[in-house]
Amino acid sequence: MASWPILSVVTFLPLVGALFCLVVNGPKEAVDRNCRSAALITSLATFVISLILWVRFDPTKAGFQFEEKLAWVPALNIGYHMGIDGISLFFVLLSTLLTPICILSSWEAVQTRVKEYMIAFLVLETFMVGMFCALDLALFYVFFEGVLVPMFLIIGVWGGHRRVYAAFKFFLYTLLGSVLMLLAIIAIYWQIGTTDLPTAFEKLNLPFQWQFWLWLAFFASFAVKVPMWPVHTWLPDAHVEAPTAGSVILAGVLLKMGGYGFLRLSIPLLPEATQYFAPMIFGLSVVAVIYTSLVALVQEDMKKLIAYSSVAHMGFVTIGIYVMNVQGVQGGIFQMLSHGIVSAALFLCVGVVYDRMHTREISAYGGLVHRMPRYAFVFMFFTLASVGLPGLSGFVGEFLVLVGTFKANTWVAFLAATGMILGAAYALWLYRKIIFGELTKDTLKAILDMSPREVAVFLPLVLIVLWMGIYPNSFLDPMAASVDKLIGDYNAALKLARTAALP
Amino acid sequence: MTNMFLGLESWTLARPELFLAGVTALLLLYGVLRGETSAAFVSAATVVGLLATAALLFLPYREGTAFASLFITDRLTTTMKALVLIGSAVAVLMSRAYFEHVKAWRFEYPLLVALATLGMMLMISANDLMALYVGLELQSLALYVVAAFQRDTVRSTEAGLKYFVLGSVASGMLLFGASLIYGFVGGTAFVQISQALLGGKSGEIGTVIGLVFVVAGLAFKISAVPFHMWTPDVYEGAPTPVTALFAAAPKIAAISLTVSVLMGPFKPLFAQWQQIVVVVSILSMGWGAFAALRQQNIKRLMAYSSIGNVGYVLLGLAAGSEKGIQSVVFYLAIYMVMTLGVFAIILMMKRKDIMVETVGDLTGLGRSHPMMALAMLVFMFSLAGIPPLAGFWGKLYIFIAAVEAKLYWPAVLGVLASVVASYYYLRIVKVMYFDEGTETLDQPTFGATRAIAFVAALLVAVFSLAPQPLSLVAAAAAKGLFP
Repeated sequence: MASWPILSVVTFLPLVGALFCLVVNGPKEAVDRNCRSAALITSLATFVISLILWVRFDPTKAGFQFEEKLAWVPALNIGYHMGIDGISLFFVLLSTLLTPICILSSWEAVQTRVKEYMIAFLVLETFMVGMFCALDLALFYVFFEGVLVPMFLIIGVWGGHRRVYAAFKFFLYTLLGSVLMLLAIIAIYWQIGTTDLPTAFEKLNLPFQWQFWLWLAFFASFAVKVPMWPVHTWLPDAHVEAPTAGSVILAGVLLKMGGYGFLRLSIPLLPEATQYFAPMIFGLSVVAVIYTSLVALVQEDMKKLIAYSSVAHMGFVTIGIYVMNVQGVQGGIFQMLSHGIVSAALFLCVGVVYDRMHTREISAYGGLVHRMPRYAFVFMFFTLASVGLPGLSGFVGEFLVLVGTFKANTWVAFLAATGMILGAAYALWLYRKIIFGELTKDTLKAILDMSPREVAVFLPLVLIVLWMGIYPNSFLDPMAASVDKLIGDYNAALKLARTAALP
Repeated sequence: MTNMFLGLESWTLARPELFLAGVTALLLLYGVLRGETSAAFVSAATVVGLLATAALLFLPYREGTAFASLFITDRLTTTMKALVLIGSAVAVLMSRAYFEHVKAWRFEYPLLVALATLGMMLMISANDLMALYVGLELQSLALYVVAAFQRDTVRSTEAGLKYFVLGSVASGMLLFGASLIYGFVGGTAFVQISQALLGGKSGEIGTVIGLVFVVAGLAFKISAVPFHMWTPDVYEGAPTPVTALFAAAPKIAAISLTVSVLMGPFKPLFAQWQQIVVVVSILSMGWGAFAALRQQNIKRLMAYSSIGNVGYVLLGLAAGSEKGIQSVVFYLAIYMVMTLGVFAIILMMKRKDIMVETVGDLTGLGRSHPMMALAMLVFMFSLAGIPPLAGFWGKLYIFIAAVEAKLYWPAVLGVLASVVASYYYLRIVKVMYFDEGTETLDQPTFGATRAIAFVAALLVAVFSLAPQPLSLVAAAAAKGLFP
């Protein structure tokens, strides 16, 4: 379809910037400056090229577009197969959007080992984009796991006091989940003789007992990534210790890999097990929504609070995905996109004051509105988006999920809705503590409002959140055909299994 | 029997071995006549000789059996020999700067390595239990001496002695097993054993006990749990270039031997030895992962790492399929590159002109030696099996073979062990990148060692992106056992 391999370009262009950073030499200031610019330029260029995907994307088609297929390891029948559909399109865009924002946000915050920092982010971008484009199980796994390496370094090198603990916990926790998925991938490969994903969609037809175990293996990987309660404990640690930009990518993109994995692999490959396990997902998600919201209420650290809120919001996502109707799945995807932008922005908001005060204690702040009106506005805007104020992006996703869930199971919908109320409680509480009240603390008396660079970081995010909230169809339309196909195939597979089970 | 050594065919098939033996003998003469000053020349000539031997394997490639079927060459043995020769050559290349530094630079060292390599080639090519034993002993005797080569230090001498005593026990077990098999089967040739076992001898308890002893002896040589006890001590005590050699060449040779013994004459007893190999494999993967967690000495850590890696290789062997053997060859090739690279970096670890070898000495390497640290990072993540690095492909291959052979639980335990093991590889990355060092290492000056580390890192990168050529080599090699 495309005359040039646009997905490969989007995926590997960041590596060119990384390579430049690797070889650049000279006095430290010059190297730092060059690396920053090179990283920003490459990531912006990547973003611009990824926009072409959106423009050229044909929303009427349900299958994969921009496909590229090459033999990679023919001996094992592993191919380099890339392609996107309506589900993955926006995740690619989310990754390419957030990377330049991260680089811009760490322009001044990161002063040590700038070169390595920029390389890590660009490599990370390659892995993230590649993961959302991969249409081969082995390729998918390579990108999925590869993400761990740069993220491990980002947390460990540029993180806070307990960074080593957090980095190891992040790495080992997610690795433990992923290796089980590797075995599941191998089992699928063994059944069909290839790791090509579209082929697997067509040919794979496993008995329920097999689906049961493979689903659990995939679940081990994706549930840790999402993260679902009770395997979410790595997330608060990783978020708190990671540098601001690291948290942004973690919340913005890495968590979405779990949800995307469910949509791309678990549901279409293992439909019967999906149906079987859906109640378990609902249970865990409802616990996540309510329990982590309550936990968020008592946090003393801003980042930790937002981290717990992420777990709660991702709980909505998993509910939406597993109700398996159009509203639920679209809502789940939309909620992931919205959360990707909003939580990223909230972490950036924390980063703004952290860069000035070097503390994330909620009690260290108060009355910032008197000194930082622009900041107060931005923070308010994203807090409300996170709470789900109609007209902003968060509302659309949560509303769709609740509509979809209500059709499937009213109790789950009821309990999830109470989570929304709790969500409003902790988010507004955080906002009041930090922004309102009297400015009594001496340390805060001289704090400065956002610089033009910081405004430039937030402006695109504000506009996107408004856009998603006011006219969500721009985003829902391209994914509609693919979501319909996902649900149609799922129901067809279940029907087939039912008729086969009849005597 | 009379014309056993006269057939021209035999001599051409064993051409590489004869060439290496000739080169070694000539260099030994030269060294004796010229004395201590000849070390540099002998060492360089040995490297060239080893590489030339490797070239001879393929120029032209021949296969068949020789010397009344004592000796066999096929694609598998040739590939393994090439790996062993390259490993030995690289190990000799790395050793010069080290031995000069500790003032133990003698011409005997490269020659002993060459003799050991000759032994390895013979055992890889063995087609008879006696030929196997002779090759194994030639290798072992030479290696006992090189382990103790730094003879004025207690540690090296101790390592040599330990290796000798324990290695002899292993050889004894192997020989005992071989004699039992001889007694029950009535022959030592692999073909005879295979035919006897197919012809109904497989049920006899004596053969099975013999098999167990042979496997135990081999497990000793490849340092698989529970016969691994010598490994950490010998790895730590032996001079570093010798440890590098141990981790690469003899290990590959012994695994190749294990593969050809178990997949050859004892193939009819697959059901019996598969159980043993699976248990040994699981124990090795597990113990290699857990015991390394708290090691401070990096050579000792690499010893446990090698135990763990042998566990993965054995899992591929336990599959017993063509794919399993492919995975073994593939894994070994990648493992050799990674391990030689790591040891090249260990050899560059000097502070104030003294060799150091604890994990803590790497503190802050990411800042003081960015390129060296980057190479080490690549090796560590690759050893941990994190994609897209080469080590991942090796593990993937192994696990594919294991799952296809329905070894589900060993595969699950294997991946879990790899998660545990990743902790200690990550710890090295952490020390290099996360910790701030006060004292940094000296700038490395060793030319050859540096080049080897660089080439190894480059090869890992190439294998990561393009595993296909290597998998073709592995597939071709496995054809040797599955014609």
